[in-house]
Amino acid sequence: MPRYFTEEHEWIEVEDDSATVGITDYAQEQLGDIVFVELPVVGTALDKGGDAAVVESVKAASDVYAPITGEVTEGNGMLEDEPALVNTSAEEDGWFFRMSIADKSELEGLMDEAAYKEFVEGL
Amino acid sequence: MSAPETHDETLEELPPGKLPLDAWHRDHGARMVPFAGYEMPIQYTGEGGGIVAEHEWTRTSASLFDVSHMGQLSVAGPSEDYAEAAAQGAEALEALLPGLITSLKTGRMRYSMLLDENGGILDDLMVTNAGPRINLVVNGATKWDDIAHLREHLPDEINLHHYDDFALLALQGPKAGEVLEELIPGTGALTFMKADLFEWGTGHVWVSRAGYTGEDGFEIAVHEDAVASLADALVADERVRPAGLGARDSLRLEAGLPLYGHDITTATDPVSADLTFALSKKRREAGGYMGHEPVASVLEKGPEQIRVGLIVEGRMPAREGAEVFAGDTKVGTVTSGGFSPTLGYPIAMAYVDAAHTAEGTSLEIAVRKKRLSATVSPMPFVPHRYYRGS
Repeated sequence: MPRYFTEEHEWIEVEDDSATVGITDYAQEQLGDIVFVELPVVGTALDKGGDAAVVESVKAASDVYAPITGEVTEGNGMLEDEPALVNTSAEEDGWFFRMSIADKSELEGLMDEAAYKEFVEGL
Repeated sequence: MSAPETHDETLEELPPGKLPLDAWHRDHGARMVPFAGYEMPIQYTGEGGGIVAEHEWTRTSASLFDVSHMGQLSVAGPSEDYAEAAAQGAEALEALLPGLITSLKTGRMRYSMLLDENGGILDDLMVTNAGPRINLVVNGATKWDDIAHLREHLPDEINLHHYDDFALLALQGPKAGEVLEELIPGTGALTFMKADLFEWGTGHVWVSRAGYTGEDGFEIAVHEDAVASLADALVADERVRPAGLGARDSLRLEAGLPLYGHDITTATDPVSADLTFALSKKRREAGGYMGHEPVASVLEKGPEQIRVGLIVEGRMPAREGAEVFAGDTKVGTVTSGGFSPTLGYPIAMAYVDAAHTAEGTSLEIAVRKKRLSATVSPMPFVPHRYYRGS
């Protein structure tokens, strides 16, 4: 399953016509202890680059953007009780939401893992 | 993801300055951010690092905070007699502060505020009778304005000194007393809000039993040339770990202590800020200090809004700027808020219309598109554990 990354530190993993979205390990490290995640409700229409979720660390609230256009199909209910999952497993169990893919060509502008790694090293 | 906002307290365009412990912090894995005109550690990385871990360590053991950005000042009169010089300084200060300073005994401290002519709070500060002089510790972001204000309004013969070659360390937590007594014998005999001079290494340190976390602890004024060796000696004790500004902020919020520039500003007065305890009784009527009339008027009529504590239902934090509602009516604004690591739920401070400030009042806070339920709660949220003697 191909996984893509954004310059705003979201990851998106594609499986057929559906995608799973989260924030990267680099992002959770920068945020520090995460105390709350506000997820979009199922059915929310998301625009590429638009607000999708909010992640609250002890210190501040940060917006999470939709990597592509589509509709929310599922939120990660585990984060409600255990938002710290984003700290311990940002790129696996700490996923944020699943969404449909309106236009697969939008994925082409995103980075692959190697490109994202290089991008982060340059920060 | 958007970059988390950091609250830079300065409006200056100047690059941030470096504190004497700058390299020490970086060597200890600090993540540095600009704050109050300096690069300061917001948290440390690695084992024991992170805001929540540092917060919890402060509540259970002892943490070392660098608060050298704060302004360390002294005021004294021209007399060659030490006690008389301090008395002259105290009397002059009473024209600018609402607290009793002239009756402060040597080695005693008092929390006070600088007020402007409208009774607005220019800064909050600690005042200590240090023997030959009156010491002030003021906020970092406001220290230059404070110095200008003091110099403008204190009589010319009153000497104002800025100890800009001194660092300030805070050792805070339930084990701070035993740790510091082993390192600097005699400090353990100090009780809350008392201060004295002690020998350390080849020089001296000025130690105050005070702090801003709600825990027992000390603030230690030490010359910038000796601060790294003192910091090393403190963290060499396994009970002590360094902690950053992030933990300091969540600790002081739990302790119900206002943060200047957020919970108290020139737009707030001591009565509305629920800091009436700092208006010494004798001086409430007698006055004789800048801002007395407007403050006395608020005392008499009662404040329109009062700073209160709010406990927020659920897990979503309400932060500075969030509006507070009673039904459809806006009745206040959050001035600081966040998730309480000790309590496990969000807490906040807000200025709320006086009619809605009774303990237990149910209110709502607007956060993004949601309304969070909140209850007016007494502060501190987490009980203070100051050492007042055994």
